[in-house]
Amino acid sequence: MVIYMLWLRQIKRYFRSRSRIVGSLGQPLLFLVALGFGFGPVFQRAGQGNYIQFLAPGVIAMTVLFSGIFNGIELIWDRQFGFLKETLVAPVPRLTIMIGRTLGGATTSMMQGVIVAVACIIVGFRPSGAMAIAGGLVFMVLIAVMFTALGTAIASVLSDFQGFQMIMNFLVMPIFFLSGALFPLTGLPRALDLIARIDPLSYGVDGLRSSMTGVSHFGLPTDFAVLLVLTVALLVVGSRLFSRIQV
Amino acid sequence: MIHIANLVKKYGEVSAVNDISLDVQAGEIFAFLGPNGAGKTTTIKMLTTLLKPTSGSIRIDGLDPITRSTDVRRRFGIVFQDPSLDQELTAYENMELHGVLYSVPRLARHQRTEHLLKLFELWDRKDDPVKNFSGGMKRRLEIARGFLHTPKILFLDEPTLGLDPQTRNQLWTQVKALNEQEGVTVFLTTHYMEEAERVAQRIGIIDHGRIVAQGTAAELKQHTGTDSLEQAFLKLTGTSIRSEMATGADAMRAMAAMWQRGRR
Repeated sequence: MVIYMLWLRQIKRYFRSRSRIVGSLGQPLLFLVALGFGFGPVFQRAGQGNYIQFLAPGVIAMTVLFSGIFNGIELIWDRQFGFLKETLVAPVPRLTIMIGRTLGGATTSMMQGVIVAVACIIVGFRPSGAMAIAGGLVFMVLIAVMFTALGTAIASVLSDFQGFQMIMNFLVMPIFFLSGALFPLTGLPRALDLIARIDPLSYGVDGLRSSMTGVSHFGLPTDFAVLLVLTVALLVVGSRLFSRIQV
Repeated sequence: MIHIANLVKKYGEVSAVNDISLDVQAGEIFAFLGPNGAGKTTTIKMLTTLLKPTSGSIRIDGLDPITRSTDVRRRFGIVFQDPSLDQELTAYENMELHGVLYSVPRLARHQRTEHLLKLFELWDRKDDPVKNFSGGMKRRLEIARGFLHTPKILFLDEPTLGLDPQTRNQLWTQVKALNEQEGVTVFLTTHYMEEAERVAQRIGIIDHGRIVAQGTAAELKQHTGTDSLEQAFLKLTGTSIRSEMATGADAMRAMAAMWQRGRR
């Protein structure tokens, strides 16, 4: 009941802040259109096929990543000026609060992902295969939960927004740019290849791409297994750190 | 109802709260006064399970907040110094969520929400999002919410900061009324001496993490040989202005203030 109410709260908040929905769609759409059509011809000439087809899963993953991290990091603000303190003194275990929050955040991130996916289809992206939609949703869920938990974990140890810029530039941006969302992971220099293998989003992007278009780098079972393990691990770490928050 | 013995909270070498002891009886309204940075909020955080004391003991209705935190949490309501409402939700939804968090049964939840929102004159705005409320309305809603689960103790940390005299007056009248009707123990902090004198039966003054005096307003005035509580307060705590270490919360408070000005 408590988890459901906390989840519902975030869904309501999501639908009531339309400006935020629209605002956070700007960036992925820009990437999709500018890069998709800009690099399209080069990609085609290099014999890699349709770039929009390649890029769309990457942009969807990016949307879910950013919105998941933000949902988690919002906690910093929430702790001082928001509803979080109200929940921290309530006679409810911290774990319950963390689960409700993370599920709510992950659900709204997924909705963002679905909106961008629809936009991709409008622009010309064609998912193929019977399991394209279901598989895509499964991977979106995993990416959403994983990065909401990561955001929560980070926010639990930061006391204000001083460190936020650093987190963006040295963690979130690299996770996105080095993940294979924008370029194929084959034939990369050794160092970059290694980083892409460590980057959790690589497996998210690859999982989305392979279930929606059938093109895969790591293979679907590997993607799924890696993501599942990491998601559970981050949930555990996130709730540990969350339960230690002192206001 | 509240029993504090030799309570200490240290941050590194600095003692925010340095060996304080005090008792608050059931049904009493107790005002906890002190200059900025004296240790008021730190004490409240320890009483409300948000901070662990370095040493000393606390009993809330006979229970230890460290080992019995869930039971202790059921017994108090709190209004924080900084807002803690969900701005996007309506007044009613905020109350509803609080009721669920404190497992108030559905029927009681609805009845009590209605009663309290009417008492605090918010009932006709119950379906408006809180972000459209004035500062005074938000405060009233927070206090109404604090009463929702019929707590034994209500903590109010500077609830009247930034409110006009009319709103402050009304707010205290309602808190006093509920204190009399439901026998709630009230533990409050404020910088307005006349409020403390009017509302509280007993007053404790804290400075540099130590209790420097406690008693009724009359006792404090008599003890210091002054004729107003403000003068008694200044005599006990000195006239120098306190320098407080800025924390992350202060930086964010400044940001919040800027943001609010920008929106008006």
